[in-house]
Amino acid sequence: MATFTGKVWVLGDDIDTDIIIPTEYLALPTVEDMKPYGFSPLRPELAGQIEEGDIIVAGKNFGCGSSREQAPEIIKALKVSCVIAKSYARIFFRNSINNGLLLIENDQIQDAVKEGDTLTVTLGETIEHDGTTYPIHSLPDNLMDIINAGGLVKAMQKRNGIIK
Amino acid sequence: MGMTIGEKIIARAAGVESVKAGDIQTVTLDRLMSNDGTTHLTVDMYNNKLKNPRIADKDKIVFIMDHNVPAENPKTAEAHKKMRNFAKEHGIVLYEGQGVCHQIMLEDWVCPGEIIFGADSHTCSYGALGAFGTGVGCTDLLYAIVTGKSWVLVPETIRFNLHGKLREGVYPRDLILTIIGDIGANGANYKVMEFAGDGAHNLSINDRMVLCNLCVEAGAKSGIVEPDEKVVEYCAEHGREAKADQMFVSDDDATFAAVYEYDLSKIEPVVARPDFVDDVIPLSECPKVKIDQAFLGSCNNGRIDDLRVAANILKGKKVSDEVRFIVAPASNAVYLEALEEGIMDTLMEAGAQIMNANCSVCWGSCQGVIGENEVLISTGTRNFKGRAGHPSSKVYLGSAETVTKAAITGYING
Repeated sequence: MATFTGKVWVLGDDIDTDIIIPTEYLALPTVEDMKPYGFSPLRPELAGQIEEGDIIVAGKNFGCGSSREQAPEIIKALKVSCVIAKSYARIFFRNSINNGLLLIENDQIQDAVKEGDTLTVTLGETIEHDGTTYPIHSLPDNLMDIINAGGLVKAMQKRNGIIK
Repeated sequence: MGMTIGEKIIARAAGVESVKAGDIQTVTLDRLMSNDGTTHLTVDMYNNKLKNPRIADKDKIVFIMDHNVPAENPKTAEAHKKMRNFAKEHGIVLYEGQGVCHQIMLEDWVCPGEIIFGADSHTCSYGALGAFGTGVGCTDLLYAIVTGKSWVLVPETIRFNLHGKLREGVYPRDLILTIIGDIGANGANYKVMEFAGDGAHNLSINDRMVLCNLCVEAGAKSGIVEPDEKVVEYCAEHGREAKADQMFVSDDDATFAAVYEYDLSKIEPVVARPDFVDDVIPLSECPKVKIDQAFLGSCNNGRIDDLRVAANILKGKKVSDEVRFIVAPASNAVYLEALEEGIMDTLMEAGAQIMNANCSVCWGSCQGVIGENEVLISTGTRNFKGRAGHPSSKVYLGSAETVTKAAITGYING
């Protein structure tokens, strides 16, 4: 079972897609170009501070709002290993899976963790923080297959070979 | 075991006798909608990532340019070119600058009992005609374009029994904001919001569009009003037939996640405060807020009823010198109707700026963007931080009446 450790960034409830990537930057040519503006309405400096393998911990309804797929794409481009939130908005949830971004649901860790702490995630089993472990569920196999393949398009390639 | 409207539509589209909430089903989609917000991304994936790509059924696809029309910069122009060329190459119907995608879908395409995926969160609007519309991302849409199908988790349904009628000066906009305020921004996450009862049937089709359109702001997968004779009439007036065997209503023994009762006569005008759609308070309790801009339009409130409300209030009056009042009809059909009724004369004489039929200020990208610390009152769909421009700017949401009155006085509740 895959285990990874990362530094935590703490965000609140109802982090919407306009916060994750504001409309005005959607016209930029690539996700790499948009990346510096991730979360900018809320915390303009955050995108520059996030390092590979970091973990975002947030409250309820993460990713609410528009269907823009650039939202999970940017979080993935920032090389965040996973998002842990109390709950996710449904379009964002589907888009994250389709783009290979790992989402974990847990509603206890938010009270324990503070920014800069370190968490260890064992997929489908637990989150460990400061000696305490919190149980987490695994996603259904068909969805994990998509995430592990790196997204829906790549999963289609593996399954039926219609992808280059 | 009885089924809800949503379950019946999914069962039909999956070709099975029955489904229940929590099942995962593969459905054949009746229609796919994509707008210029993301179509260029879907086209890029189709052209560059797929080997021997194919389209399952081009006649089920509708492309609509509405977010940035006409193009406001060369990048958008290139994205539009990509969309236009793809539509031409594959024989896909394309609307360009004819109106907001959901308004066009409802005017020209949606039929009761259909399941429709749209690459836009407000696709949930199609329940106004008894259809199951839901928003997806561009990768899901690509998969649907190529295979004609997709998987759905059968959602639970929350039932809203509406009773009676809204009072004079109270609008469906006030009703749906009140409901969202009550259940919260994720109160219906992953669920269908189903509206029934005499109060739902009292609402016009345009009213139902307002109701269903905003369901995603409570997290819903779809909003559906129990279809009735008004749906049949609307479809007939717009040149298509509502099939009798697709006019689904929930069974008496259907299972609901929750049931709410709303007496429409008790609903009062409300506003949603920045930066959350569920931060709803009665207009009467809202402190006097000075505004810089007012917006009437969007897939929620850019219809003829809304323009009539504005014109009735503005007749013989002037928009405040301190306010830009921007009006964008939801479609050209609405625009033409408004012209015929003299509404546009009234609005222009009062000092409103009339835009072409498009997403306009609601999308916060191409028209009427607001600056640092400015305040907007809007009939748009969202009031998220920075949604309409600068991150420090503020957006309040309210009905056409609330917005128009603020445009005259320069204040919300002033």
